[in-house]
Amino acid sequence: MAFIDYYKTLGIAKTATDKEIKKAYRKLARKYHPDVNPNDETAKKKFQEVNEANEVLSNAENRKKYDKYGKDWKHAEEFEKQRQQQGNQQQYYQGQGGGFSESDYSDFFESMFSGGMGGRSRGGSVKFKGQDFNAELHLNLKDVYKTHKRTLTINGKNIRLTIPAGVKNGQVIKIKGHGGPGVNGGPKGNLHIKFSIANHTNFKRDKNNLYATVDLAMYKAILGGDITVDTFNGKVKLKIKAETQNETKVKLKGKGFPVYKKEGQFGDLYITYKIKTPTNLTDKEKELFEELAKLR
Amino acid sequence: MENQEYIPIHQLCTTYQVEITFFNELNEVGLIEITTIAEKQCLHQDNISDVEKMIRMHLDLEVNIQGIDVVFNLLQKVDKLQEKLIATENRLRIYEND
Repeated sequence: MAFIDYYKTLGIAKTATDKEIKKAYRKLARKYHPDVNPNDETAKKKFQEVNEANEVLSNAENRKKYDKYGKDWKHAEEFEKQRQQQGNQQQYYQGQGGGFSESDYSDFFESMFSGGMGGRSRGGSVKFKGQDFNAELHLNLKDVYKTHKRTLTINGKNIRLTIPAGVKNGQVIKIKGHGGPGVNGGPKGNLHIKFSIANHTNFKRDKNNLYATVDLAMYKAILGGDITVDTFNGKVKLKIKAETQNETKVKLKGKGFPVYKKEGQFGDLYITYKIKTPTNLTDKEKELFEELAKLR
Repeated sequence: MENQEYIPIHQLCTTYQVEITFFNELNEVGLIEITTIAEKQCLHQDNISDVEKMIRMHLDLEVNIQGIDVVFNLLQKVDKLQEKLIATENRLRIYEND
């Protein structure tokens, strides 16, 4: 693990007093505490760094070791012992750790961040709710048209989940008691699932309404008639009024997306007609159009 | 009203090791709503998560009750803005690839 300059982390000089350390820590903790920076991974990481620095520098003994041994301060005693065993032989500490493992260097600090509780949790008897877990579930728009069940594996545990129809992209649902274990006998945390919904259909969705464009032949637009259009759950027949204009919008009530947690309620489907003019006209067609043009 | 959903304040004081005045002050500024059930002051269990946050802010960050009130109001604003942002992004999809 790379050397971390705790003084730099807290923005203080190596000569900083205990009061200055505490002041710097408080200031940075207020800035980066997970409770005031929800869903901000960068702030969370920064808060962990600040907490780690404070844990070391606010303890006089640890600070002394850190100042002397740098990144290997935790192994200071072993290092000293080894030096003594080697008698009078001259040894120069070059900061390489003398073969001591440093892989667990930061593990010491990890447990105290899980609940976003700062440095107060260690060794205390205060009960706290466990860490809230966050997960992202990727679904297709078609998946959320109907309520369905799905089994998710979160931290090695299978959770059978009912996904209500109409769930929105970016929506977060909370599942109580499926987060991390509580601290000192506190209740379990919650699981927050954020839905990321991809849309590969020809429909655009805004909340519970769906939007689609339908090509309409020019003759049908002028003379009127019937057409069949796709909705999200099948085809419907529509009557086209004579002299329908391009970009005309029609609303199909109740043919939109299901309303979240309101069984049997649906939004609307808005269809915009795009009138297609014929191409590759024959001479006869051109002649007839010219005749029509003269009539206007 | 399910009484089991309400937790006595004195129990919360023991669990979180805070004074009862802390809860009374939170109640006074409107951050929590203390309900009296069978002559006991109680808090609904749905508020526990927020209360834990308030305790952490108070003890870890030395933020006073007024400060917690300000932070919570701002966090609520952030939440609303995030919801609006997601709704706007979803809406923008209607105009994408047109």
